[in-house]
Amino acid sequence: MMGIILGVASLVGMSALVKGMENGMREAMEAIGGIEKVSVIPQELPPNQSHLSDQVVGITMSDVEALKQNATLTKLITPEMNMGRGAVVSRGKKIFRPWNISGTWPNALDMNIHKIEHGRMFNQIDDDLARNVCVIGTEVRDQLFGSYEEVGREIIPLGEEININGQLFTIIGMFTRYESEKQKKEREYEQANPSPERLGPERRTGWGRGGPGGFAFMLKNSTIYMPLNTMWLKFRASAGTNNIPDPTLSSLSIRISSVEELESALQQARNVMMSTHFSMEDFTFRTQENWDENIRTQVNNYRWSGGIIAAISLIVGGIGIMNIMFASITERVREIGVRKAIGATTFAIFIQILIESIVVAIIGGILGIFVSYGLVELFKVLIPTDNEPVITLWALALSFCFSVLVGLLAGIQPAIKAAKLDPIEALRYD
Amino acid sequence: MALVELDRVFKIYQVGDEEIRALDDVSLTIESGEFISIIGPSGSGKSTLMHLLGCLDTPTRGTITLDGIQIHNASSMQLAAIRNRKIGFVFQSFNLLPKLNVAQNVEVPMIYAGISAKERKERTMEALRMVDLENRARHRPMQLSGGQQQRVAIARALINRPRIVFADEPTGNLDTNTGETILNLFQELSQQGSTIVLVTHNPEIAAVTPRRIEIRDGKVSLNVDERYATKRSEQVIQ
Repeated sequence: MMGIILGVASLVGMSALVKGMENGMREAMEAIGGIEKVSVIPQELPPNQSHLSDQVVGITMSDVEALKQNATLTKLITPEMNMGRGAVVSRGKKIFRPWNISGTWPNALDMNIHKIEHGRMFNQIDDDLARNVCVIGTEVRDQLFGSYEEVGREIIPLGEEININGQLFTIIGMFTRYESEKQKKEREYEQANPSPERLGPERRTGWGRGGPGGFAFMLKNSTIYMPLNTMWLKFRASAGTNNIPDPTLSSLSIRISSVEELESALQQARNVMMSTHFSMEDFTFRTQENWDENIRTQVNNYRWSGGIIAAISLIVGGIGIMNIMFASITERVREIGVRKAIGATTFAIFIQILIESIVVAIIGGILGIFVSYGLVELFKVLIPTDNEPVITLWALALSFCFSVLVGLLAGIQPAIKAAKLDPIEALRYD
Repeated sequence: MALVELDRVFKIYQVGDEEIRALDDVSLTIESGEFISIIGPSGSGKSTLMHLLGCLDTPTRGTITLDGIQIHNASSMQLAAIRNRKIGFVFQSFNLLPKLNVAQNVEVPMIYAGISAKERKERTMEALRMVDLENRARHRPMQLSGGQQQRVAIARALINRPRIVFADEPTGNLDTNTGETILNLFQELSQQGSTIVLVTHNPEIAAVTPRRIEIRDGKVSLNVDERYATKRSEQVIQ
């Protein structure tokens, strides 16, 4: 019984841990837009078209319009015009080079799954009038205004002005702080239990922060968005190395309605764009399929290895049940003899013992499910900074069914033994 | 036709090289409605005879017919069905199932017979009324006296309306007074038409039944029927 309880609990607990891990891995993928987001990025012409390289058009707003009208399987289209890594943002004497300064449409919020914590996103009017407004990520705030850790309070720089490549921009909004659940818990844990002062001079202790996918969150926090027209008019129309306006988009993002339609949606988008590009394939699609695939394999690996270990403990529990049943039969030889004398068939005795064994397993399974909740709470206390383990209904159902199966298998041998008892011998038994 | 017919039945056990004849060429018949005792000292073969009659065992040689069914070559499943529907057992040590209450104990044979829950309940109460224990239906066997337990066992033995009831030393674990009540109950049942076979080593108990079969060394050594005996003596007087 105890074996079954622990077996079920460890099976559920293990699956909860893996689920938490999976959630942790998926967070980073969600942070860059999830699997439904597909980027259209420029690429070199294929070799058989390379003689046309002086005629390529690049990704432009006409692609956006064409896709909007013809690509029915895409539900969201967002153009993006980026400033290179050379762009400098400054405020007073503080200088910062963000990862990503983009001119884009307000719907970039949905496309890249951004969330405004303070202020607002720029709107259509800001875009139409090409206003010098921007929305920043928390990393930009940390670098230009000071972070919570440095200042001791949260600075909300709405209405402040910053200098982007020589132009003054007003901050009208700030994104929420993107981080994995694990990072968030670590940060909150750190704030609640400050680590003792480090001895010696202040120093940096390494690159980046925490865990797989931490990089994705860092990039996302280090973002400045401005209206597409602002980017186009203020930085592209008369700027550039030789003062020639550059109307091409850096990239174009589309969001498809569902992953199942990925293939056909991509084909459709490609057809549309081949027409606007006069059959020159100077673009390609970038999806997150590989990432998704990786997560899936990893999770499967964890699940199988953990599952097998937990299943072994459940099987050991099954052996426990088998022993219980054998002992119970020895105690009840006489009862079995009586039952046979008053008309129980061999089969009826077999079924009786089997059902008893299954009932023991069911009770053990139910108790195991209760214990598993306690076990998961224990995991949360033991590893407070990790991704929270999640108990799924599927895991509960599976481990419960498995425990019943173990009970069934464990009962077979004792049931055969009981059914085979000779009624005369059994009646004589004391 | 007789209810039970044994024709030249042998039961032979092989112990090492030695051959033990527990039953040695036994032939007898039991008519429906008879009240019989099988007596004999321990080791005489009377238990073996009862096991064969009760379909718990099959003979080495010979034929046994019960209610027209040949049981000497029946399968264990057929034997179980016959035990269930045609035979009732009453044991020396009562052999009630300790985890079930009185009513449930009486109900068990009907469950194996596949009788509906509603009918089971009615017949259980009827049987308990017959042995005068209806107010103890919810008690556990351990809460009852020996005599009461044996009455429950009798109710259980009769519940499927068997053709024949075997009682193996039914008074062996009871004091004399209680034993008498139980014997009276058997007599009553016999008068109501049940076929009853008492197995005992006690001649006093055997004296209760009109017909006595004595087993010695695996053979029938005495087979008397008082009814005919009296008739014969009456004839002699006349």
